Amino acid sequence: MSVTGLATSSPAPLAASAVRSHGYWSGVGRRILRDPVTVGCGAILLLIAAAAVLAPWILPADPYRTSMLHRLAPLGSAGHLLGADELGRDMVARLVYGGRLSLMLGTLPVALAFVIGGAIGVLAGFAGGWLNMVIMRSLDVFYAFPSVLLAVAISGALGSGMSNSIIALTVVFVPQISRVAESVTTQVRGLDYVEAARMSGASAFTIIRAHVLGNVMGPIFVYATGLVSVSMILGSGLSFLGLGVKPPEPEWGLMLTTLRSAIYVNPLVAALPGAMIFVTSMCFNLMADGIRSAMDMKA
Amino acid sequence: MFGYLLKRLAYTVPVTFAVTVVCFLLVHIAPGDPLNAVAPADAPAEVVEALKAAYGFDRPLPVQYAKWLGRAVNGDLGRSVASGRPVSGEVLSAVGNTLLLAVVGGAAGFLGGTLLGCLAGYFHKTRIDRLASALSVAGVSVPHYWLGLLLTIIFSAQLNWLPAMGAGPGGSRDWAWDLAHTRHLVLPAITLSVIPMGIITRTIRALVAELLSQEFVHALRAKGLRHGQVFAHVVKNAAPTALAVMGLQLGYLIGGSILVETVFAWPGTGFLLNTAIFQRDLPLLQGTILVLCLVFVALNLLVDLIQPIIDPRMRRN
Repeated sequence: MSVTGLATSSPAPLAASAVRSHGYWSGVGRRILRDPVTVGCGAILLLIAAAAVLAPWILPADPYRTSMLHRLAPLGSAGHLLGADELGRDMVARLVYGGRLSLMLGTLPVALAFVIGGAIGVLAGFAGGWLNMVIMRSLDVFYAFPSVLLAVAISGALGSGMSNSIIALTVVFVPQISRVAESVTTQVRGLDYVEAARMSGASAFTIIRAHVLGNVMGPIFVYATGLVSVSMILGSGLSFLGLGVKPPEPEWGLMLTTLRSAIYVNPLVAALPGAMIFVTSMCFNLMADGIRSAMDMKA
Repeated sequence: MFGYLLKRLAYTVPVTFAVTVVCFLLVHIAPGDPLNAVAPADAPAEVVEALKAAYGFDRPLPVQYAKWLGRAVNGDLGRSVASGRPVSGEVLSAVGNTLLLAVVGGAAGFLGGTLLGCLAGYFHKTRIDRLASALSVAGVSVPHYWLGLLLTIIFSAQLNWLPAMGAGPGGSRDWAWDLAHTRHLVLPAITLSVIPMGIITRTIRALVAELLSQEFVHALRAKGLRHGQVFAHVVKNAAPTALAVMGLQLGYLIGGSILVETVFAWPGTGFLLNTAIFQRDLPLLQGTILVLCLVFVALNLLVDLIQPIIDPRMRRN
C-alpha cells in the first residue's frame, strides 16, 4: 500500500495543475462569451460609451453651437445627419455627448449604492441580533415610499442639478441593495465553514474579508446590475421633469423635454433622445439577465 | 392567523410614524428659506419676521413637527404658499384623478401581463415564450415618459384621433364617465399600463413554468383532466403570489405616475408635485408626499391582510 501511495504521490502536482485552470469566474466568463445576446448588448453599450468619451476627437460638430438657420432641421439634412434641435444644435453631437451624463446617471448611483448598501447589509447580516434589527427596520421606512416618488421628493427638496439627482437615486437604491446583502450574509453566516473559522480564532473582520465577502458579492452584484437601467430611466426622468441636469448640457432626458414643443413640427427628431434611453436601458437589462444566468442565480 | 394579522397591523404604526417624520424633514433639508416663495428678497425684516411667525417657521423643529402632525391628523395640511388655498383640498381632488388613472392603467397592465405571462409559462421555451419574454424586457426597459410622447406623436399629432393633454374637454379637472372624458384617459392609461406589464409577465411566467413541472400537475394529467382543467389548478396556485406583486405594483403606479401625468398634463398628484417643486411651495409638497405615502402604506397593508384570505396555505401557520 505504501508503494502505491508513493507511486501516485509523485505525479500529483502535475495532475493538479492540469485540473486547476477552470475556476468559477472563468466559467462565468466563458458562459457570458458564448451568449450572443449578452455579447451583442455589451458591444452596443461599449460603442455608446466609447463614442461619448471620445466625442471631442471623433465628432466635428459642437453640441453647444446654436444656429437660427438650422432650427429643427429634419433628419438627413446637409451637415446635420440626424437633424437639429429647437436651437439649431446638431443632434448627432448632442446625442453622442448626451451619453456622458446619461450613462453616468445610470451607473454612478448604482455603484455608490453597491458600496454603501453592500456595507450596511453585510454589517447587519453578520452582526445579527439587535443591530440587525435596528438597521433593517430603519431601512424599512424607505420601502414605504414608491421609488419614483422618493427620488422626485429628494431631488425636489435638494433642488435641481446633476449631483442632487445622483444623491437622490443613491438614497433610493441603498435600502434595496442593503436588503439583498443582508439576506445573503445571514445565510452565509450560519454555514459550517464560518463557524469553523470563528472557532479557529479568526476575528470578525478576517471572517468577513476572507469567508463572507467572496460568497455574498456575487448575488449583490447581480442584483445591482439589474438596477442600472432603472437608474438611467429614473435619472433621465428627473431631468425630463426639470429636476436633474440643467440646460444647456446635453442629456437625453433633458433633450426629450426641450424637444417636446417640436412634436408637431418634427416628430422624428423629437423622439430620438428617448430612443437612445430605450436602447441603452434595454441593453443593460439584457446584459444583467445574461450575467445572472451565467452566474447561475435565480432572479 | 389572528396573531399574524395583529402583528402586521401593529407593524404599520411605527412605519406610518416614521413616514411622517421623513415627510416633515424632507422639506427641511431643502436649501434656502421656505419663505422665498412669498416674501420678496428685499422685504423689510419685520415683514419677514411676521411671515415666519404666521407660518410657524420661527419655532424649533420638534415643536413645528408636533404642531404639523397634530393638524395633519385632523386633516389640516396647512395652506399652499403659492395659492393660499388649503393643501388638503388640492391634494384630495388630485388624488382622485391619480387613483383613476392608476386603477385603469394598472388593470390594463395586469390583464396584459397575466395573459402574456400565462402564454409564456405554458409554452415554456418555445417561440411564443421568447416573444412574450422579449415584450416584457422591452416593457421594463422603455422610459415610459418617452412612450407617452411617442403615443402623443402618433395618435394626437399625426392621426388626430385622441387628445394629447388634460383630463377632459376645455381643461376640465372634474372627472365624468362620458365619451369626451374617456377619450382623454386612453393614452395616459396605456402608457401607465406598460410599467407593471413587464414585471407581471416575468413573475407569472416564472410561476406558471415552475408549477407546471410539479408533481401534482402530473397527477392531474394522469387522472385524465384536459389541458384547460389542469391549467385552472395551476392558475389557482399562482394567484396569491401574482396578486401580491400586483398590489405592490399598483402602489408604485400611484406614486410613480408623476412622469406620465407630466407628459399628458393630467391633473393628478404628480402634476401637483411638479407645481409644488417649481414654485417651492413647501406645505403643498409636504402634504402631497405625505398623502401618497399613506396611500402606499395602506395598500401594502391591505395586500398583506388579503393574502391569508386567498391563500389557505398561509392560514394554516
